[in-house]
Amino acid sequence: MSLLPEPYAFLQTALAAGLLASIGCGVMGSYVVVKRIGYLAGGIAHSVLGGMGVAVYLGAAPLGGALVAAILAALFIGWIKLHHQTHEDTLIGAVWALGMSIGVIFIARTPGYAADLMGYLFGNILLVSPDQLGRLTLLDALVVGFVLVWYRPFLAVAFDEEFARLRGLPVTLFYLLFLCLVALSVVLLVQVVGLILVIALLTLPAAIAGRYTTTLGRMMVLASGLGMLFTSAGIALSYWWDLPSGPVIILVAGSVYLAATLLPALFRKGARS
Amino acid sequence: MTAAPVIEVKNLSFAYGDLPVLENVDLEVAEGEFLGIVGPNAGGKSTLLKLLLGLLKPQSGRIRILGTTPEKARRAIGYVPQHPAFARDFPVTVEQVVLMGRLGRGRLWGGYSAGDRAVARRVMAEAEIADLAQRPVGRLSGGQLQRVLVARALACEPRILLLDEPTANIDLRVENELFDLLQTLNRRMTILVVSHDIAFISRYVHRVACLDRTLVCHTTGDIDAETIRRLYGGEVRAIHHHHH
Repeated sequence: MSLLPEPYAFLQTALAAGLLASIGCGVMGSYVVVKRIGYLAGGIAHSVLGGMGVAVYLGAAPLGGALVAAILAALFIGWIKLHHQTHEDTLIGAVWALGMSIGVIFIARTPGYAADLMGYLFGNILLVSPDQLGRLTLLDALVVGFVLVWYRPFLAVAFDEEFARLRGLPVTLFYLLFLCLVALSVVLLVQVVGLILVIALLTLPAAIAGRYTTTLGRMMVLASGLGMLFTSAGIALSYWWDLPSGPVIILVAGSVYLAATLLPALFRKGARS
Repeated sequence: MTAAPVIEVKNLSFAYGDLPVLENVDLEVAEGEFLGIVGPNAGGKSTLLKLLLGLLKPQSGRIRILGTTPEKARRAIGYVPQHPAFARDFPVTVEQVVLMGRLGRGRLWGGYSAGDRAVARRVMAEAEIADLAQRPVGRLSGGQLQRVLVARALACEPRILLLDEPTANIDLRVENELFDLLQTLNRRMTILVVSHDIAFISRYVHRVACLDRTLVCHTTGDIDAETIRRLYGGEVRAIHHHHH
């Protein structure tokens, strides 16, 4: 059922996709921000292109390929983090670049798909189909479900790994599970803003929310709300000005983030002088 | 209760790579004891605690805690680290941190039980931080944070409490209050506290062990000038070693 007249149905689907993606990204983005693992999430996000490229080349759904690649990258990066911490930066950088290269090569070899590359990189929310909404809902339910059911161990492992280990929690298992959930949220977001801009939408709403909340739970709720606001405003503006939706969403989120960070500092300076 | 020691360390040696940190350490701690471990920086004090907790594995020697391995005894130990392993701006309240001491019992899914919350309230009252329960950890003073870490360890309902330099980041008045609290807790649990501040802890503990790669001295009762001289000598030796 469409709330808007028929020619605008695609806008309604786009808005719904933005709202759904905002939930998963508000929840997992909060962990990414408090654990300061933006680079690690970036590695997972960019290797997603490898999976999408291979899937497109084989004639399968890009979302499936993205999921497989994201989970593999999350487990591989988790293994690096656990066993090769000294080379962590370089290894994550390698996964990041390899994933993208594999993706670009496979997409180049797929006849007639070159145009889609831009869509994967920068997102084209206006191309989200109604059945993709069903899959986005499922991914969201998975992410939120896991976090709700195991909220205490996830919080303990994110807060103080050593103490969690001393309490006998399966820290490694929860850490890998946590990276897989980050991977799922990244896949959700790639649909909306494309993978180059994923990290911004994962971290900016959470970073703003972190300034105004004192518990992780409230930070997640506020971050999801802000994400919804940014994606909706971005879609409306991009439609209005006829601009690509992904970058406009990030412009909105980035401007609010800079304002929330810089303005209080300026006011404090003003009050002092 | 049996007379068997709650902590039994025999012939323990540990090295980080080629760098020996502990050599042939023997230590026994009896139930209900309040033991101070002092010694120079890099003398192996924190390493010994990590070995007792099973976070590190000894190269040789044996550790028995409550008659079993450190890994198995872990949940009966409350640990107060020197440096909190978490970021101070983490969005979490004092009560949530203290409740984490209740993890590792029963199911992992869902929320804390009413019993867990009651224990958390009790230990927060004991550590005199009940009024800070809803405060985020980022807005605590050094002394308040130290009390939160003690309360988190108490929430584990431990039989042994290990504290690593608990007075490193707090002023003298708070330091006195903290040791008064530990003295009260000592009525129901064994306490082992690592410190660089010999003169101060000797007023509270039953026994002092001086650790500088190996146990240099082992005294009961008050620390006299001779002990301090022996320990000071140990420190000079340690510096001498580093230049070789």
